[in-house]
Amino acid sequence: MAGNVVTLTTANFDETIRSANTPVLVDFWAEWCGPCKQIDPVIREIAVEKAGALTIAKLNVDDEGDVAMRFSVMSIPTMILFKNGSEVQRFVGARGKQALLNDLSPFLG
Amino acid sequence: MTTHPHRKVIIIGSGPAGLTAAVYTARASLAPLVIEGEPSSTSDQPGGQLMLTTEVENFPGFPEGVQGPELMQRMRDQAARFGAEYLTEKATNIDFSSTPKRVWVRDDEYTADAVIVSTGARSLMLNLPDETRLIGHGVSTCATCDGFFFRGREIVVVGGGDSAIEEASFLTKFATKVTIIHRRDKFRASKIMQERAFANPKIVVRWNSQVTRLIGDATLSAVEVTDTVTGAVETLNVGGLFVAIGHRPNTDLFAGVLDMDDTGYLVTQPGSSRTNIAGVFACGDVQDHTYRQAITAAGSGCMAAIDAERWLETAHAGK
Repeated sequence: MAGNVVTLTTANFDETIRSANTPVLVDFWAEWCGPCKQIDPVIREIAVEKAGALTIAKLNVDDEGDVAMRFSVMSIPTMILFKNGSEVQRFVGARGKQALLNDLSPFLG
Repeated sequence: MTTHPHRKVIIIGSGPAGLTAAVYTARASLAPLVIEGEPSSTSDQPGGQLMLTTEVENFPGFPEGVQGPELMQRMRDQAARFGAEYLTEKATNIDFSSTPKRVWVRDDEYTADAVIVSTGARSLMLNLPDETRLIGHGVSTCATCDGFFFRGREIVVVGGGDSAIEEASFLTKFATKVTIIHRRDKFRASKIMQERAFANPKIVVRWNSQVTRLIGDATLSAVEVTDTVTGAVETLNVGGLFVAIGHRPNTDLFAGVLDMDDTGYLVTQPGSSRTNIAGVFACGDVQDHTYRQAITAAGSGCMAAIDAERWLETAHAGK
């Protein structure tokens, strides 16, 4: 399933984050957020290019507000990188593809 | 280093000015390349400042109003229909000193006969200590993105123009109380916006006031407000701070090359979009500190496209 983008819900969140065999980048987004829409194609490209090294997942804060609250997300887009089930880095605000790849590179083995 | 096929026209920036220039130049079969910028959560992004707004009520042709991002998507699609191409990157360097004109995106070089500059303006921040650290943790540059997270909280909006009032009104959908902090004793905002704010029971205005300190460890918990007349200092417990204190033109890329006024806006020759360099045209907020509306930006984008088209016909006849 190379390049797949996982849709997270309250029900599958913990299991997905814990059982992934790569770091997982979770994109917290919503339909009404312009910058969120702009980074969607960016992270989908990264999902394809980094398939096998990084899992990309999306969480809709409208539908799954309790997960957003649990991670104190107060601004979207926020992207949180999880490794072995724990948060290792958080990126607040949209950014371009190269900038995001640069931000991610220290965490990808 | 990659060099890309030569173009007749490159447009830098993709707000209403850049995309209108793209519609016109594309319809004139000039196959423009639009270097539209890269995603960000400030107004400096593809689609420009309207990407951070909600309802646009004053763009002609939309009697029911239109969402800012939707309007920009429509303009983008309209230009694409006639052959405009897009590069979702930020121009990083330029050289307009020789022919053809050159624009770089990092190591990639693009050349064109004519360049239309429509890089717009970006939001100013307060430049207070801890402001950057608290962005996304109570300090926001995008009310439409973040208002949702302030349900049931008290927040402050700093500014006195249309965008400050619009943000404050929008934020009352979520917040219990919105305090507008403005350093003067009256608003710059249009009358209709002001009336809306004054009629809204959730909005309180503090005149002659400035935010002088941000307080909060993990997230913002309070702001210190100083009265500019009496000097009195007060702490307001708030969960959120939204900044809308005005804009600065995005002209760093053109420093020393294109003529600017002392606030950094590009200078165009009166009644035209021509800059001091032949074949380089400017439109939209990057050259307009007076009107700054989507419709005036679009109008000036049309001017730039027509100016560029005419310049290409005469200066480049036979090439």
